[in-house]
Amino acid sequence: MKFETPATTNPIDQLKHIGKPTPRIDGPQKTTGTAPYAYERHDRAPDAAYGYVVGATIAKGRITGIDASRARAAPGVLAVVTAQNAGKLGKGEKNTARLLAGPEVEHYHQAVAVVVAETFEQARAAAGLLRVDYAPAKGAFDLAAAKGSAESPKDPPDSHVGDFDKAFATAPVKLDATYTTPDQSHAMMEPHASTAAWEDGAVTIWTANQMIDWGRSDMAATLGIPKAKVRLVSPFIGGGFGGKLFLRADALLAALGAKAAGRPVKVALTRPMMFNNTTHRPATIQRIRIGATRDGKITAIGHETWSGDLPGGGAETAAEQTKLLYAGANRLTATKLAVLDLPEGNAMRAPGEAPGLMALEIAIDEMAEKLGLDPIEFRIRNDTQVDPAKPERPFSQRQLVECLRQGADRFGWKDRNATPGRRREGRWLVGMGVAAAFRNNLTMKSGARMRLQPDGLVVVETDMTDIGTGSYTIIAQTAAETLGVPLKQVVVRLGDSSFPVSAGSGGQWGGNSSTAGVYAACMKLREVAAGKLGLDPQKAEFVDGRVRVGNDSRPLIEAARDGELVAEDFIEFGDLAKKYQQSTFGGHFVEVGVDAWTAEVRVRRMLAVCAAGRILNPTSARSQVIGAMTMGTGAALMEELVVDKRRGFFANHDLAGYEVPVHADIPHQEVVFLDEVDPVSSPMKAKGVGELGICGVGAAVANAVYNATGVRVRDYPITLDKLLDGMPAVA
Amino acid sequence: MQQVPEFDMSRRDILIVGAVSAAGAAAPGLASGQETVAAPVVGKVILTINGTARALEVDLRATLLDVLRETLKLTGTKKGCDHGQCGACTVIVEGRRINSCLTLAVMHDGDKVTTIEGLGTPGDLHPMQAAFVKHDGYQCGYCTPGQICSAVAVLEEIKAGVPSHVTADLNGRPKVTPDELRERMSGNICRCGAYSNIVEAIGEVAGVKA
Repeated sequence: MKFETPATTNPIDQLKHIGKPTPRIDGPQKTTGTAPYAYERHDRAPDAAYGYVVGATIAKGRITGIDASRARAAPGVLAVVTAQNAGKLGKGEKNTARLLAGPEVEHYHQAVAVVVAETFEQARAAAGLLRVDYAPAKGAFDLAAAKGSAESPKDPPDSHVGDFDKAFATAPVKLDATYTTPDQSHAMMEPHASTAAWEDGAVTIWTANQMIDWGRSDMAATLGIPKAKVRLVSPFIGGGFGGKLFLRADALLAALGAKAAGRPVKVALTRPMMFNNTTHRPATIQRIRIGATRDGKITAIGHETWSGDLPGGGAETAAEQTKLLYAGANRLTATKLAVLDLPEGNAMRAPGEAPGLMALEIAIDEMAEKLGLDPIEFRIRNDTQVDPAKPERPFSQRQLVECLRQGADRFGWKDRNATPGRRREGRWLVGMGVAAAFRNNLTMKSGARMRLQPDGLVVVETDMTDIGTGSYTIIAQTAAETLGVPLKQVVVRLGDSSFPVSAGSGGQWGGNSSTAGVYAACMKLREVAAGKLGLDPQKAEFVDGRVRVGNDSRPLIEAARDGELVAEDFIEFGDLAKKYQQSTFGGHFVEVGVDAWTAEVRVRRMLAVCAAGRILNPTSARSQVIGAMTMGTGAALMEELVVDKRRGFFANHDLAGYEVPVHADIPHQEVVFLDEVDPVSSPMKAKGVGELGICGVGAAVANAVYNATGVRVRDYPITLDKLLDGMPAVA
Repeated sequence: MQQVPEFDMSRRDILIVGAVSAAGAAAPGLASGQETVAAPVVGKVILTINGTARALEVDLRATLLDVLRETLKLTGTKKGCDHGQCGACTVIVEGRRINSCLTLAVMHDGDKVTTIEGLGTPGDLHPMQAAFVKHDGYQCGYCTPGQICSAVAVLEEIKAGVPSHVTADLNGRPKVTPDELRERMSGNICRCGAYSNIVEAIGEVAGVKA
């Protein structure tokens, strides 16, 4: 099915299943511990041996020698695989650094070996006996120091609209400020893990991967075998956030280990390896300049961003949202990329916008204060309903102003004292902050296969993944809606590369695109079923388990009387995204208490009002948003990979050193979804929400801290050491 | 206290020295530099897991977590960090919740262990499991068994009068409040960020509005 013109009325609009707060259909499995994750496939690979990964202890240089003799002689050891004996390996298209080092080492904890043994304890002990000698080389590890050498990457190009320099120079009110965001880690709860088994030259890998087809392609490319010889299976994934978008070392080393050992092997990265072995969200330095008239109309807006990555890597695109979020005739965005020899930087939840809005939405708050305007009013005065660079290109939907207004009413914004440091409750200085949320809506081709079984069950097969987002449930809702069957009659099978290729989980495109693909396959099944029943597919209605044309009504199950019906299709998207700017919007509201003596920050209240197209399942969509608000709170207040600039690695590489929010850090969270359907996005009329929720929330926390204390921190995270010097005097 | 830098030995240094001596003592007869790895030493234990006694021979190095997941194939208990930093491996041993990654299986001879599999099944959920489903107190599901085991034990701890860091009156009986739940549950990290819903789920089981 090709989606080329805005959707008209279709079976999804019945809203018998879609739009209902249906509890997750995989809930009973997840809450009883019976959902199988990648390292737990005793059912599929009962004799799996254990692989233990050894990581490089230098950031850059060469391996001069590996002595594996003691490791090989250790009890229970079946194989030791290093670059010396792994055979020729390619590199996946999506990988910047190779997944197995040798002789060159590209980053700290890049894998140098996997030791395979009968038991985990034996593999771990033997791994400690591996001797690796290195010739370290000098590397660049400090973004601030490398900033001057940064160059314009191929993507994204810089943008210029009007005459930014002149407009900024002549603006009566202006801001020129620099903000920094640190390197951050996905730190999902399930470590990267894979179980691999070879049979007749083909390998099956039960793994934790958000994008099955990317992983399959890159595994084939890395091993140098045809894609048809690789199967990836990933029905449950213990969190990803972008960290499991790509083929990673666990999957490759499980495959290599299994080949060497001649039996299935499973590999999980240890928690302390995850932070340096895998990808992270790169640190940024962002300079923002805004010029405005005295009545608060932006005349010039400029956003430049610097980040670093390994040679051949990409930039953190933190200036992109500034092309679209606010009006203004004269505009500039620029992205610069420096070479750093830290571990590979890559996508983490809302790449670009998440750190970009952490900076931009503080800048807007600062600018509003300079203008003497309420920060919500300043945003409303600079709203735009069109792409500011191409006014002929409207937003398909844009309810930012409504999000901010409703949020203000619900949150009690009018009680905020615009003068910082004035509200005191006992030991607490109390402040409120607001920020806009913005994230583009991407669409991706997505396929599915439908089966109508003789027993009446409807089976959906697609390689779409559920990383906690609720894919199982919204896909079941989509099938039930389109085919007119009860939800419990739908079985959803996900995450297997033997199923049709889907959008996968990333960039908040998964929910909308994958359900649109399932809708397309269901429409194909309707054709097949109606044809089988001798009914006109164009006129047939599928309701209450029956197929009806006029007065002729037949049970759907009859269509499969002679055997299972199978139909397969995919959704692909035309150029509507060129004609319309598709984005999602929100308003984040945060109240913090800051301890007047210690400057400890506690988040007291949080509200997000979101406008993101049709909400397919308000329960799982709300969970996406509260989870993103939680991660954004971490980004604001605690998360920072600390760079050892001498040796070139992230020093705090475990969950004690890399702090993420815990229960005690997060209050009750409110989420409101505005009524919205977006016929431009897909037949589902939905958009993504999983990343929208993290966009802007960090700045809302920062602005609340400023409102509470009068201390403006522009370098995240906002830890108490950055506040203490400027705190108001306390009695 | 006056500091004499060159003779200042921190508590950490003493611990390190102690560990080295202990390691030396544990490996008699090995010439230095000739270290080899001996075959695994195993110990016999009887663990009562979810009501069933299991006689096992375990590698002395094996954690309770790995014996549950790998030997007994009870994979409901999760390995998130293996360092006692995340709580995904929480199980209930002799009525108390512990991080099963921080304890060796051989230390638990005769102990009763309750894992997530012992609380309920998909067709017969424990009230806490049902409340997590109702309130969407999870997303990816990986921390969930640990959260649920912890939550069940937390309510027992409060019932038994065990105070927490946020209990204002150490002589009174602690109450089930959102602050108490958040404090006591803080050893269980949920990176998906389902905290707000988890606290509501636990509150419902406890019969209070969280």
